[in-house]
Amino acid sequence: MIQVRDVNKSFGVTPVLRDINVDVVSGSLTALLGPSGGGKSTLLRVIAGLETPDTGSVVISGVDATRMAPQKRNVGFVFQHYAAFKHLSVFRNVAFGLEIRKRPKTEIRKRVMELLELVHLESFAERYPSQLSGGQRQRMALARALAVEPQVLLLDEPFGALDAQVRKELRAWLRRLHDEVHVTTVFVTHDQEEAIEVADTIVVLAGGEVVQSGTPAEVYDNPANPFVMRFLGPVTELDGHLVRPHDLELFSAAEPGTVPATVARITRLGFEVRVELEVGGGEVWAQATRNTVDRLGLRPGDTVHVRPSEAAKPLALV
Amino acid sequence: MVKRLIVLIYLLFLLVLPVGLIAWRTFGDGLGAFFEALTSSSALHAFQVTLIVAVWAVVLNTIFGVGAAILLVRHEFPGKRLLNALIDLPMAVSPVVVGLALILVYGRFGPFGGWLEGRGIQIIFSTPGMVLATVFVALPLVVRAVVPVLEELGDEQEQAATTLGASRWQTFLRITLPGIRWALAYGVVLCLARSLGEYGAVAVVSGRLVDQTQTLTLFVEERFQNFDQPAAFAAATALALIAVLTLLLTKFLRPKG
Repeated sequence: MIQVRDVNKSFGVTPVLRDINVDVVSGSLTALLGPSGGGKSTLLRVIAGLETPDTGSVVISGVDATRMAPQKRNVGFVFQHYAAFKHLSVFRNVAFGLEIRKRPKTEIRKRVMELLELVHLESFAERYPSQLSGGQRQRMALARALAVEPQVLLLDEPFGALDAQVRKELRAWLRRLHDEVHVTTVFVTHDQEEAIEVADTIVVLAGGEVVQSGTPAEVYDNPANPFVMRFLGPVTELDGHLVRPHDLELFSAAEPGTVPATVARITRLGFEVRVELEVGGGEVWAQATRNTVDRLGLRPGDTVHVRPSEAAKPLALV
Repeated sequence: MVKRLIVLIYLLFLLVLPVGLIAWRTFGDGLGAFFEALTSSSALHAFQVTLIVAVWAVVLNTIFGVGAAILLVRHEFPGKRLLNALIDLPMAVSPVVVGLALILVYGRFGPFGGWLEGRGIQIIFSTPGMVLATVFVALPLVVRAVVPVLEELGDEQEQAATTLGASRWQTFLRITLPGIRWALAYGVVLCLARSLGEYGAVAVVSGRLVDQTQTLTLFVEERFQNFDQPAAFAAATALALIAVLTLLLTKFLRPKG
């Protein structure tokens, strides 16, 4: 359990964190999501003790850790660029925290090999970080952080430096790993898809403030404001409201609540079709299925009638 | 083609001819005469003094150099730019001026020197003064070798070590030091070469007392002035050989740093 209370932090005169209050439940997998410069990495570093907050407190497992040195907090930290110890083998990298704690050699050997197996690097023990791919290095860094049995695992954009394919694999793998190890985990990301897919709680940070927090479904379906709605997924503007494009219904004849629109462009992306519309001088786009478009026989220049579906929760723009 | 010739001739007259002639004059009377000249009691004493001064200077400059490099790269503090500029000062100041400045401060009539001498500690005309002078002239070498590597290394590995439970000292020994080891070795060798070859500053503060404060470079000069050319040339060749050796060592260390 991590409790962050009223934390403020400035770099010089620039405030980066403002009155932050966050609760991370034991055993949960929480994402700090937000645009770059939103303060999410700084918050993670405050929890790790790598930054000291100007005001406020950080409580980890009931102990006030606000002024505690990072080496005393027993947190695991994984960096975006791996921070691999280049002069040490994979084995020694993972063993580092245990060697610092002066554990017996046999115990270190056993634990390190277990962890290397967990991250699928058991055959790479004697290699050096320079001989590993980015994804392998990050898995090594994860094993290194887990070796000291941290109360909390903190990951700072852990997949940010990897290419899209490896990123997707590691995401799914992190989720599975968390289900196995159950260590309280907080990770920073600017990728809303990653947060929704991996986390069970999302904390949205922007401009140094917590804008919203909740489960991925809550945050996606009931965004607190237009910013969160835009950040979490695609949006379009209809009649002064923000709507998800997949929540727009198209009809050939007027129905209750519909507005007339002219089809401007149709783009087929496989099964999904992007229909661009002109409504009263404004531009709107709807995400429809191929079936719908074929059924309506839509072509550019046609008139259609559009409305948000019943399940949609349009957000009024002020 | 012409350019290459000009460069070669230039180097021939500037470098090859003088060094070659010294070697030729040194070994002209055979290896026996060379070793005899180098094993006279004055020569041996000069070797000893040079070694003591150089080792102290290297040790002090290594400790200071690593500390200053970490301070400059890893910390922000008021006066950082001033410190950065001060470290390069010894490059710009003539060694003779360094020597005179040290005498002004630590000499018998200087503010510190008088006080220390009252307590039986002599700085000028003795080993401490020579070490001070040598430390001063070789000051930037370790710092300037280490700073760029420390910058390139970044501090993420150090932060990772800290989160894994390592104290500052453990982090330094296990992460920072191995990270800069080749650059540090390079700086140390350069510092050693500079310390062994220093003449001007040491000449001023040592008082050039034969068999007491005479280093190898001072020995060469003194023997030459006294028309003992074999000894002068033998010692000069020994200095040149040491220089070549350290140069080879730096070449060996350079690519890895």
